[in-house]
Amino acid sequence: MYPPSLVVTFTKKSSVKMAKLTSLFVISLSFFCISEAVFEDQVGKFDWRQQYVGKTLFAHFESNTQSSKKMFVATDKNIFASFNSRTGDLLWRHVDKTGPEGSIDILLLHGQDALMVVGDGRLLRSWDTNIGGLNWEAVLDTGSFQAACFVAIQDTVKLVAVLKKAALSLHYLSNGHQKWVENLPDSDAVQYQAVYSGGEEEVYVLGVVPNSHLTIIAYSLEDGEIIKQRSVEASWLSSVESSCVVVGQGVLMCVDPATLALYTLPIQAEETPEFSQILLQSLDLEVSPGFQPVLVSSQPHPARSPLSEFFLQLGPDHHVLLQLNADGYTIAPLRDFQPAFLVSFATTGKKTVAAVMTPKNETACAINLFSVDSGRRLLDTTVLFPLELNGGKPHALYVHAFLKKDDSVGYRVLVQTQDHALTFIQQPGRVVWTREEALADVVTMEMVDLPLTGTQAELEGEFGKKADGLFPMVLKRLSSQVTLLQAWLAHLWKLFYEARKPRGQVKNEVTIETLSRDEFNLQKMMVMVTASGKLFGIDSKSGSILWKHYLENVQPNAAFKLIVQRTTAHFPHPPQCTLLIKDKDTGLATLHVFNPIFGRKSHIALPALPRPILQSLLLPVIDQDYAKVLLLVDDQYKVTAFPSTKNVLQQLQEMASSIFFYLIRSDQGNLSGFRLRKDLSTERIWEVVLPTEVQKIVAVKGKRPNEHVHSQGRVMGDRSVLYKYLNPNLLAVVTESTDTHPERAFVGVFLVDGVTGRIIHEAVQRKARGPVHFVHSENWVVYEYWNTKSRRNEFSVLELFEGTELYNSTVFSSLDRPHLPQVLQQTYIFPSPITTMEATLTEKGITSRHLLVGLPSGAILSLPKMFLDPRRPEVVTEHSREENLIPYAPEMPIRTEWFINYNQTVARVKGIYTAPSGLESTCLVVAYGLDIYQTRVYPSKQFDVLKDDYDYVLISSVLFALFFATMISKRLAQVKLLNRAWR
Amino acid sequence: MASVPRSFLLLSIIPTILILCADFACCNTGRKTGDGLDTDFSGFSVPLEHSFQVDDVSRFRMRGALQLRGGRETSVSLSQSQLSEEDRNTLKVGEEVAAVDGLYKIRVPRVSLTDRQTERQMDGYLTAFVRACSLVESHLSDVITLHTDVSGYLIGVSIVTIPGACRGTEVEDEVDLEAFNTTLTIIAPTNAPQPETALFIERMDIEHEKRGKPQEQKSFFAKYWMYIVPLVLFLMMSGAQDQSGGGAANGGGR
Repeated sequence: MYPPSLVVTFTKKSSVKMAKLTSLFVISLSFFCISEAVFEDQVGKFDWRQQYVGKTLFAHFESNTQSSKKMFVATDKNIFASFNSRTGDLLWRHVDKTGPEGSIDILLLHGQDALMVVGDGRLLRSWDTNIGGLNWEAVLDTGSFQAACFVAIQDTVKLVAVLKKAALSLHYLSNGHQKWVENLPDSDAVQYQAVYSGGEEEVYVLGVVPNSHLTIIAYSLEDGEIIKQRSVEASWLSSVESSCVVVGQGVLMCVDPATLALYTLPIQAEETPEFSQILLQSLDLEVSPGFQPVLVSSQPHPARSPLSEFFLQLGPDHHVLLQLNADGYTIAPLRDFQPAFLVSFATTGKKTVAAVMTPKNETACAINLFSVDSGRRLLDTTVLFPLELNGGKPHALYVHAFLKKDDSVGYRVLVQTQDHALTFIQQPGRVVWTREEALADVVTMEMVDLPLTGTQAELEGEFGKKADGLFPMVLKRLSSQVTLLQAWLAHLWKLFYEARKPRGQVKNEVTIETLSRDEFNLQKMMVMVTASGKLFGIDSKSGSILWKHYLENVQPNAAFKLIVQRTTAHFPHPPQCTLLIKDKDTGLATLHVFNPIFGRKSHIALPALPRPILQSLLLPVIDQDYAKVLLLVDDQYKVTAFPSTKNVLQQLQEMASSIFFYLIRSDQGNLSGFRLRKDLSTERIWEVVLPTEVQKIVAVKGKRPNEHVHSQGRVMGDRSVLYKYLNPNLLAVVTESTDTHPERAFVGVFLVDGVTGRIIHEAVQRKARGPVHFVHSENWVVYEYWNTKSRRNEFSVLELFEGTELYNSTVFSSLDRPHLPQVLQQTYIFPSPITTMEATLTEKGITSRHLLVGLPSGAILSLPKMFLDPRRPEVVTEHSREENLIPYAPEMPIRTEWFINYNQTVARVKGIYTAPSGLESTCLVVAYGLDIYQTRVYPSKQFDVLKDDYDYVLISSVLFALFFATMISKRLAQVKLLNRAWR
Repeated sequence: MASVPRSFLLLSIIPTILILCADFACCNTGRKTGDGLDTDFSGFSVPLEHSFQVDDVSRFRMRGALQLRGGRETSVSLSQSQLSEEDRNTLKVGEEVAAVDGLYKIRVPRVSLTDRQTERQMDGYLTAFVRACSLVESHLSDVITLHTDVSGYLIGVSIVTIPGACRGTEVEDEVDLEAFNTTLTIIAPTNAPQPETALFIERMDIEHEKRGKPQEQKSFFAKYWMYIVPLVLFLMMSGAQDQSGGGAANGGGR
């Protein structure tokens, strides 16, 4: 750690020389800009990262031994990952492209190889499961993926068969080379949906012409020749995939919900076969009304035929274990499971068991193992799965069975719940770990201050209450002082006690009970809303999840808006957050009101919202309980207030004529402004229309309401002041042209006053297109776009100034600001694409601003706003040097020490959230995407904090030494004076 | 939306026109023009309507006619009549009941300045407002700005009064409220700057040239020849001496 004072002196020296060495300026900039990098001993001290994978689609366990530790999952986020099943930690993770291009169609596991078909049958990949390395990758022919299975030759699995819409191909497992590929006959009419191999010399493809017939084709493994082709009448069959499985010695078993019957058909039969029907009624089985029955079978080893036992699901919580008799067309019921949520087969060695999850009571489910052959329950195999009060229902069951030393079957089980959480449970019911995979898709978040400790709150309460006399007041004051003293002594004692212990042992377990605000308000509660509808409360210091709440019945395409209605500052009223959940199709909205510290739902009467909601706005008006008022505007422009107490309605009536809001209809290019009337109806007062034939609105951003600007202007080189145009109602509207030709495409930036609808500035960036990322703050807008002509990313900054005189320095009103501001703009080349952008935020706005830029590489760049300043001069003058303006350079540098997350990359960063802390120098940052990363940034360095390695001993010893030296010299001087006086 | 293909076609010519427009930033102060220059074939007129009801219900009435001229030199002018006695009273009332914050609204139809023929007009209006009290207190001096987009469509209108504040001062003179004192501007979007690479390189080159000579690194020898040559000479001299008396010295078993 070098002392900062050295750097400063160097800067001054270099600035003297600058007139001559202008081109060296760029180099000396490195001294100008405060280095951001973390020191090695600070890694992980203020920051943490959590890695997620998303909703599990396929899960497999490594080998069926008790000691194996690995499990593999493929997820809807196009990720293939391996967990340590003892701890739940990620061993490795492969993040593929987003979207359908990287979607995982299937994951098959055999020995050390994991086979994966990616991108709707685009690629076939084989991974080494030990280290997660890619063995090989084969590009498949075009055509959408249908099914895949392993194929064994003489009892060893050597091939993998991939069925596409119109072709079947076989690939070697060892190197991915294609053995053969054959076009499927008549693939226009027949929908081929399944491929089956039971260890014979043939591979079978099953196709269906819906409600007509079933087609079975047998291909020779050797050369792909069609050995036989059969067509079976099946007018009741519409899909092989959803209603048929293969059981026993190659018998196709189908279920028909219409006739309530099972159909069996031997696939390998020589002569023309026919379906034989078994009515469910004859087996004494009954399907729940409206339920589509589902068959579940198991093929433990690809070289052998599947088990002859299978499950039939008859209702949401009703399963039956059935057995196909050796004759191939009669069925014997083994056991009826009702109620049973989930069933699963698991094989270890020669034994196959069925795991069944049954509800036990309100708070737990029981999982039991059953012998497949007999349907008998295995003793001592019960595992309890705890159901959380506000968690999701179990959704899938993955069983890892193994043989114990005494040859009995032991197992561990992975339960996936509807909220995408994975829970791993060991016998006899110990939850080994839980992964909250919903956090892989955070939609929005807020940071809420933690509550005060009991003593602090009591002090606050003292000031809050009204006085009831002088004497009680004095008493109360004294008592609270005593409690404070007590708390301080306890704190000292704790410090002393902990200081004696070695560092590693001191571990502050954060629980919801011990939560309290720290001295500088650096620890906060992160309230995260995920796409699946699960809410989380996370401690920002440690990253531990303190509460979670799953909202059922949230549509997958819902839009969320999280609003903090009451902060923690109003003790004894609890803080209150409101989540507005809006269905994107219907526009109907629901509210979820909760306490952000504990996650508990508040029992507040919610307003009825029968109409689609267009806009929501939080007013600075507070009700008698200090909750800010939320206004919801519906599609008839009627306003609903929440909370809507008498007090609030009265306040609203008084203020109605000064409450303005805007609505944006991007599909019509329409921006309009409204004013509230006393009866809570609205009046349209302005309208701006951007013709959709020319450009479409892609994003609109206002300013953050909790943003403070400390300095009203900028002092220029000649000591005059350039005042900033600080309009809190300003909206930045970004449009993209509908014409996408590179020469004619453009990006439009409109600055519109949200109250008056006045277009303050209108600029067009020609030969540009999106995606546009932008930040709107203080008096500036920074946006980033793609330059179609030069094929590069560019940053542009707009700054608004009122000029050297303020129109009305006391108060800003959009209605009384007749002069348009001066607009300055400059553009720079940025050498990287970006994925998201946000500006740092501090408590008082004194600290200089930085832009936090999320790069596709996963790095988060902290770019000083100083570099994005439209007043950067082309030619250096005395004035500009006085102002510390950096001379203009067209290219924006990316310096690796500006990466605030050093090597802790955040995969697929989607958003960055910034929050001020109690320290002016410090801004809390959370980057979320697939991963979550939390850290602190100090844009102007820690000017208000002593360093970690501050030498207290040295400074105090110097002080003491000086003190004693003064005392001694004083004494000596006295003696000397006395002696002189005597003389 | 039948005008889509037309505007697409036009887009190719528009940029050149618009660059000119942006520089021109036309403003015809449109006070009492009415000087019948409607002979220009591209000029056309659209109504400017206003509404200043106290009871919050918008009833738009004609205020004047905007003469718009598209093409190479976009310009706009306004012809408007005086306020009637009745209107003046309504406005005054609007000001007296400033407590209810009566608004004075104006609107213009959505039009395109470049589309020559029909389809100039699209459905809908562009609306803007100003507080009625500030209009009265400023003695009807307002600034109306029309905003166009890149292809010449009117996208917004704004009105402000100068001064813009409502101080509650009484307007005594009825004459002050007779005629509008309007400043009219039309604003096309400005072109955002591109990165200034050419200028920067030029500047760098100049800097280079300036420092060209002193910067040229002399070779080590060229710099210090005055020290090296005497040293070498000295060494050579001493070496020669050594050689001459070398045998004896070596013999000394050094």
